Amino acid sequence: MNSVGELSLWIEIPVAVLLVLSSLFALCGAIGLLRLKEFFQRMHPPALASTLGAWGVALASIVYFSALKSTPVLHAWLIPILLSITVPVTTLLLARTSLFRKRMAGEDVPAEVSSGGRSENGN
Amino acid sequence: MKRLFPAPWLSLALWALWLLLNLSLSAGNLLLGAALAILAPLMFAPLRPLPVRIRRPGVILKLFFLVGRDVVMSNIAVALGVLRAGSKPPRSRFVKIPLDLRDANGLAALSMITTVVPGTIWSELALDRSVLLLHVFDLDDDAQFIEHFKTAYERPLMEIFE
Repeated sequence: MNSVGELSLWIEIPVAVLLVLSSLFALCGAIGLLRLKEFFQRMHPPALASTLGAWGVALASIVYFSALKSTPVLHAWLIPILLSITVPVTTLLLARTSLFRKRMAGEDVPAEVSSGGRSENGN
Repeated sequence: MKRLFPAPWLSLALWALWLLLNLSLSAGNLLLGAALAILAPLMFAPLRPLPVRIRRPGVILKLFFLVGRDVVMSNIAVALGVLRAGSKPPRSRFVKIPLDLRDANGLAALSMITTVVPGTIWSELALDRSVLLLHVFDLDDDAQFIEHFKTAYERPLMEIFE
């Protein structure tokens, strides 16, 4: 890549703001994972990194490299799209497994929502 | 044509994905992308018996921006909730949401929306798809949340998929 110096300040400032903001969100996610106590509560903060955290970095990358090459460089946008397709799979697995284990251990979680039979995901 | 492209939208998306990943419109990449676009849906056809019928592109666009806004708001809410967790613990709990949406593809889209919004986690779907168990990070009023969930996400998805 070329040196950073040749881009105008009007490109560099928004890119820097986007990068710092999205890394702050990712940091909040990590702090949440560390500080919260209950399992289901702790599942929420990491989503900060895979949503706004990733979106901000992708957008910053698009702005920066589009300005650098003077043509739209859009492929970074695929990262948020692919993330939003794949992350539900792991989140769902974790939530279902934890619910199953907690019910087995008799902890304070809601009973199965389907009446009778094994519970499964419909999709 | 129908035999060659069982899922035309999927083919188009794969082709665009390939060209975007390679950042090139050269003849070779156009051909390789086209091969992927034709072969992948044919290979996956035995795995997906439910054809997707998508309608109302205007509703899709509206839903897209609404979810985008909710994601940003929820990100800020969860981040603040985490930072304040010491003094004011978030009121996390499970919510049972009665569902009217039955289409499997629509439900898959709904599960993507709930996962992308950091404040909600899709926890369990009843076997008959009538009830959804959702874990919410910080909840004030159950009825209001269910109302928002149904009007903002479920109704547009029913318009799109059913």
